[in-house]
Amino acid sequence: MMPDLLIALTMLSNFSLVATSRVSKAIQFAVFQGVLLGLMPLAMGLGRHFHIVLLAIAAVTVKGWLIPFLFRRALKQVHIQREVDPYIGYTVSLMLCALGTGLSLVLAHNLPLKPGTEYTLLVPASLATLFTGFLLLVSRRKALTQVVGYLVLENGIYLFGLLLVEDMPALVEAGILLDLFVGIFVMGIVINHIRVAFDSTDTRHLAELKD
Amino acid sequence: MVWLLILVPLLAAAVAFAVSSPTLRAWILPAVGLLHLGILLVALAGWRTLPATAWFGLDALGGWVLLVISVLFCICAFYAPAYLALRPERDHRVLSTCLLGFLGLASLLAQARHPGIAWVAMETTTLVTAPLIYFNHNRRSLEATWKYLVIGSVGIALALLGTLFIAYAAHMGGLDEPLQYTRLMENASRLSRPWLRAGFVLTLVGYGTKMGLAPLHTWKPDAYGETPGLVGALLAGGVTSCAFLALLRIYAVVGAAGEGAFARELLVAFGMLSMAWALVFMVRQTDFKRLLAYSSVEHMGILVFGIGIGGLAAKFALFHLAANALVKSVLFLSAGNIHRSYASKQLPFVTGALRRTPVSGWLFLLGFLAITGMPPFAPFLSEFNIASGALSTGHILGGTAFLVLLGGIFLAMSETVVQVVFGTPSTQRVRTPYKDAPATTAPLIVALGLALVLGIWMPRPLQAMLNHAATTVDGGLSARMEVQP
Repeated sequence: MMPDLLIALTMLSNFSLVATSRVSKAIQFAVFQGVLLGLMPLAMGLGRHFHIVLLAIAAVTVKGWLIPFLFRRALKQVHIQREVDPYIGYTVSLMLCALGTGLSLVLAHNLPLKPGTEYTLLVPASLATLFTGFLLLVSRRKALTQVVGYLVLENGIYLFGLLLVEDMPALVEAGILLDLFVGIFVMGIVINHIRVAFDSTDTRHLAELKD
Repeated sequence: MVWLLILVPLLAAAVAFAVSSPTLRAWILPAVGLLHLGILLVALAGWRTLPATAWFGLDALGGWVLLVISVLFCICAFYAPAYLALRPERDHRVLSTCLLGFLGLASLLAQARHPGIAWVAMETTTLVTAPLIYFNHNRRSLEATWKYLVIGSVGIALALLGTLFIAYAAHMGGLDEPLQYTRLMENASRLSRPWLRAGFVLTLVGYGTKMGLAPLHTWKPDAYGETPGLVGALLAGGVTSCAFLALLRIYAVVGAAGEGAFARELLVAFGMLSMAWALVFMVRQTDFKRLLAYSSVEHMGILVFGIGIGGLAAKFALFHLAANALVKSVLFLSAGNIHRSYASKQLPFVTGALRRTPVSGWLFLLGFLAITGMPPFAPFLSEFNIASGALSTGHILGGTAFLVLLGGIFLAMSETVVQVVFGTPSTQRVRTPYKDAPATTAPLIVALGLALVLGIWMPRPLQAMLNHAATTVDGGLSARMEVQP
């Protein structure tokens, strides 16, 4: 029961993510999602494997503490509160998100799962979260919100990874987590440079290079 | 040996970060490049097929790609001290550190025997190469860096999903971790088909983004255009080769599973599209660095096209990896010199490079002729064999289109190159103090020389390695093809 509840909460937070105009709220939802997913392996009753517990702790630490820390620092530097005038409005985003979630359910229905898989919601939830991440990436103007989109995209992939969590090598999982952290760290640095150079973090300014 | 190749550059990166003298730091690059190449040659002398359970190790395919990257790194590293001395206003602490970090991570990728590890290595190369693009610290390079980071990260995230799909395909077939490539290939028939196919499409899109296959190449002209020629050369021949290798490993698994025909069609289509797209944007291109970026899109297309055709063409696609890397280093570095001399990379301002910087001008011209398939340079050999491979295996339409596109690209590129190289330098523009010196041209001459030698002759051990690498990519596939005509 517990895992299905967590998955449902993840899917709900997708809708909150695309509907909010406050950047800090979007960050909070993405972090909330990350922590939920970090706890998932324990909810799935895999607490008996030592390396899975360790990875769950690492995931919650990175997604619930380190990444929010990076975001808070970036927010303080750039002084933005709202995503103003996104490429795709909030109502349309919300409808697209609903459409994406529906399509994910249909698509996942057509993909075969290993017989006996308990958590059949994982695949549609993963696809829906991926779609939400993409939507945020392409529809928002602020560099910071785009990074939130990237984080949500990674959350979607992590959801799919849960199907394999029992025998995925710890080395690989740790590497993925480290890369996520470093990736967001580097993006944070670049955003700060963008702010200094353009006096704004609106990616509209980044349109000088073209053919 | 395995670890030395990875740790020597990474340690050197830490040293480069700590060293405070810019001159000393710049000379760490060629020293480490040579050392890396030396260790690699010793390691390659003992290359072998690895046991299925190995997590790391150098096989023929990984060895070949790493050899290309190591030679390319040496060329760029020997060019670096003189170039960096020309740019005293820019601190190169981050640049040197990231360049060396890239070499270490490329070594990790080439030796990774597990798709997960390969993915981690590939993602990390994206992160260490992003600061390289920002070397000039201006608005334009910032824009290029942001695009590179965001598009690259999203692409590579899709490759991760694809890798997980393939792991799930194995999981469904009752095959559990650790899923090293060899183990995956030996048990390929057990993989679940729908997941495997979906996984291949995602990894192709993901690693294809890193390679810069059209239409996923949009970061490429910006990144290559705004970064120093030195970095452009390493991105065009090094980072792309890493992504290509990661893709080839997955392709080999798909081929071994008997889904080769499906994968080949996709590769041929992506290859053709990349070449055609590059051609369109090369026509009347006034920025000669962006021109080179589109040429890189084209050559990534040639690589996947060759692999998609298979057999002889696949072998020469692997050969083309080396040919392209060598000639691209000549082009990017000489373009960098010309850029230095004119303080511009735009056409109406840059003309008569042969007069103002004769050596770089000639190298740029010869590099252009080499990359567009002029014999006896190496790209001619590979492009010719890929075309004949396509035509002789019944891909009449594909082979013909390939040749037509190559011809069109020659014409499109020549228009810009001729204007850059010939003519009289405009007298109105301020002349920068840059002059061709042996330090900024000798590494290019060596690279062009190597491309010339490779076009005519190849040492026997290298040939054996290339053949073996081609069988790794294509072998599982052709064995299957015989069973199912």
